[in-house]
Amino acid sequence: MTDKQNLTPLWEVFIRPRNGLHHRHVGSLHAADSALALQAARDVYTRRGEGNSIWVVRSSDIAASDPSFAEPNFEPADDKIYRHPTFYDIPEDVGHM
Amino acid sequence: MATAATNVPAILEIADDCLILGHRLSEWCGHAPMLEEELALANMGLDLLGQARALYAHAGEIEGKGRGEDDFAFLRRERQYVNCLLVERENRDFAHTMLRQLYFAAFMQPYCRAIAATSSDETLRGIAAKAEKEMAYHLRHAGEWVIRLGDGTEESAARMTDAVTELHRYTGELFADSPARADAIAEGLLPDPEAVRAEWDATIATVFGEAKLEAPEIRVMQKGGREGRHGEEMGHLLAELQFMQRAYPGLEW
Repeated sequence: MTDKQNLTPLWEVFIRPRNGLHHRHVGSLHAADSALALQAARDVYTRRGEGNSIWVVRSSDIAASDPSFAEPNFEPADDKIYRHPTFYDIPEDVGHM
Repeated sequence: MATAATNVPAILEIADDCLILGHRLSEWCGHAPMLEEELALANMGLDLLGQARALYAHAGEIEGKGRGEDDFAFLRRERQYVNCLLVERENRDFAHTMLRQLYFAAFMQPYCRAIAATSSDETLRGIAAKAEKEMAYHLRHAGEWVIRLGDGTEESAARMTDAVTELHRYTGELFADSPARADAIAEGLLPDPEAVRAEWDATIATVFGEAKLEAPEIRVMQKGGREGRHGEEMGHLLAELQFMQRAYPGLEW
């Protein structure tokens, strides 16, 4: 008996919402190949009109940052508030930003 | 002009195909081989149920006797259902189910396109235009699976070959002329199914080529569904389909 996990590996699904500009991660699923993964993504994640474009990526093809290295990665940014564009006066005509 | 005497039976033939196949797909609920297909099968079943509802409602309006969707779907006797035999065949296994879906969708997609383009009935054109997109997806979904199962493992190939042996003989009825359909064709309500046979043949040949399957030579195609002569399994199907309305007449959600 072949390992079922290998026959249908995990895929990450990204959907571009109808009114959105970019694809967003919505979940994952199992499928044998990219064609079936796209079909399954359509059936699992777009049943309520969620989007108009689908990407699927093999989960194993995603390189992820190491959670145990989160502090060195991200904490140095915490005290550098000057990197946020909050020190400008925004003219009223610009409206909400 | 729509005439009830000929057009209602012709519309019911298509509606019954959709209802019965949709019900068959609903039987997979809770039994599908994986979650992804569980949802896909239910989605496709609901597409077909939606098509059946629209067609029944339209048939009821043309008939003008106050019969609605539920009356057609739940309150007829077995001999009054005029679906083709293919759609009532049992699910058996995933290979049978996907092949049945392929055979049906490969016919219905081009047939719906032809109805949408040529029917004299505006409502029917609208229903068919919507259904064509749904059937295009069913065709692709089922086709991809037939290819992978036919050209897959030893077991999946054997199951797919069994399904072809069992089901191919029921495909002739998709194109067969019933008296109701012949009248509807003459009136311009429906296109001749023969007009889409070449496309059906080409679709099946393409999928079977990739799936390493062979279509068997069938000397005599099975038929009888359009005259209300069904297989034994149809009674069991209707018993479940009709149970709620028979047990609680007039029940509404």
